Amino acid sequence: MKEKRADAVVIGGGSAGLAAASRIAAEGHSVVLLERESELGGILNQCIHNGFGLQRFKKDLSGPEYAERFVQAARKQKNLEVLVETTALEVIPGAVHAVFGYSKHGGVTKVDAGTIVLAMGCRERNRGNIGIPGTRPSGVFTAGLAQRLINIDGYIPGRRVVILGSGDIGLIMARRCTWVGMEVLAVIEIQSYPSGLTRNIVQCLNDFGIPLYLSHTVSAIHGKDRVTGVTVTPLEEGRSEEAKSFDLDCDTILLSVGLIPDNELSRKFGVRLNPETGGAFVDGGLMSCIPGVFACGNVLHVHDLVDYVSEESERCASFVVEYLKGEYRSPHHPVAAGANVKYVIPNKYLPQTTNRFYLRSMIVKNKAELVVALDGEPLKRKKLAHVQPSEMVSFQLDAAELSRVSESRENKLEVGIY
Amino acid sequence: MERKLVCISCPLGCRLTVTWEDESDITVKGNRCAKGESYAQEEILAPKRVVTATVAVAVLAAAAAPAGAAAADAATADAEGTGRATAAPAAAQMPRRLPVKTSAPLLKEQIPALLNQLYTMEVEAPLGCGDILLEDIAGTGVDLVATRSLKAG
Repeated sequence: MKEKRADAVVIGGGSAGLAAASRIAAEGHSVVLLERESELGGILNQCIHNGFGLQRFKKDLSGPEYAERFVQAARKQKNLEVLVETTALEVIPGAVHAVFGYSKHGGVTKVDAGTIVLAMGCRERNRGNIGIPGTRPSGVFTAGLAQRLINIDGYIPGRRVVILGSGDIGLIMARRCTWVGMEVLAVIEIQSYPSGLTRNIVQCLNDFGIPLYLSHTVSAIHGKDRVTGVTVTPLEEGRSEEAKSFDLDCDTILLSVGLIPDNELSRKFGVRLNPETGGAFVDGGLMSCIPGVFACGNVLHVHDLVDYVSEESERCASFVVEYLKGEYRSPHHPVAAGANVKYVIPNKYLPQTTNRFYLRSMIVKNKAELVVALDGEPLKRKKLAHVQPSEMVSFQLDAAELSRVSESRENKLEVGIY
Repeated sequence: MERKLVCISCPLGCRLTVTWEDESDITVKGNRCAKGESYAQEEILAPKRVVTATVAVAVLAAAAAPAGAAAADAATADAEGTGRATAAPAAAQMPRRLPVKTSAPLLKEQIPALLNQLYTMEVEAPLGCGDILLEDIAGTGVDLVATRSLKAG
């Protein structure tokens, strides 16, 4: 077993891990980054479509282009050591944390470090997660797996495809499948509204005349060895209308039914997870319940834009640096999701600095208002032109706005959308 | 003529109703700002899209050879389009597909011809991100560029 020492171990070399690792290393601290795949960049490498970096770089980049900018920046950092094809399998937390990475080439590497950044990203919900009845033939893929097969490996997974779920990956894959010569018969969405971005509905479905069935679901998968079709059933007032079901003849089903932060490792070593996000509970410095263990990016909560992941991860890195210098700030006060808000990240805030929050709405509304209350009294209001669950909302609170915070009260922030 | 569109200039997603007698006189209703007007005009007159796709990366004999006969056989099978996943050690570092994009939006009607061209196209490493692979597609002034770099095999 090889042994290494570093100030920080970053687990995951996708958009979150790259941004965090580079920033920590740039501040003069030694970093070891563990990446499971043979290349850095994570899921961006297979997201060959454009639309990345509009906020951060004011440019319309493809996923690989966005990744390459961060990979090149990381490669320039002298204090950053990257171990590819190395999977973090175990963490033993302590005064100094021990992270065990396994590689088929190098065997086991133990890295001792005062801080860990969890940056493992998320994984897709699959057929098992949503329990679709029917037979179990081949031809059922998650949308992201099909994306990898087509864009990285160069294989076409089928000829006639039905996509279940209107998440962005499913919509992007509807266009991609069409452009590689597959026939996309339909996108089926159980909700009454699409779960992906409007621009993707327009450019990935409407452009090709692909029908979107809202308030419908796949009630059965048919086929013995290979998928031969699906039964689609409409939902009316939450009930399946089986009499109105119809069949589609397809050989492939893509599932785009949500993402789950990949926290198996974190859970195993005692990181407390938030059931609303699937990610860690974090304080105002994005630190989990274990001192020195931080989280950022999709392993913390699923983001819709990589630009936000980069921002959050660099911010996380600056807190890691404070921690390493023994300057980690406190106290942290609680933040709660109020009316129509699914969650707010982080779960605590630091009153003496600028805090950035990300939250997700549970409602679809034009001309909405974000209201932040401190111990029940309104503290800040922000107009939001449009809210919907698929578009993350962000706001900041600076020290001046938080001047009402005092030792004699609970100082609980509650964030609601009205 | 009348067409219904959803404006994608911002997340509001205004539902537009576009009517016109001839193409010089297009009326847009349902937009909340000027962006909706120009979006609808372009969608009716000359809809354009950025194309993102992949092209094959040539498997060079030199790259396949050190891994022995098995890898070379697998590489040959792939080139013929009949191959299964090879996972040949020598080819592991060289991606099979190179992601590409058009340098600017292309007229929608020009997209199928470009895609057809890409299906048979093959490129060789090394390449830099942003390198031009096809210049001035169909006289549009739009290029096809690599969106990642590839080191020499």
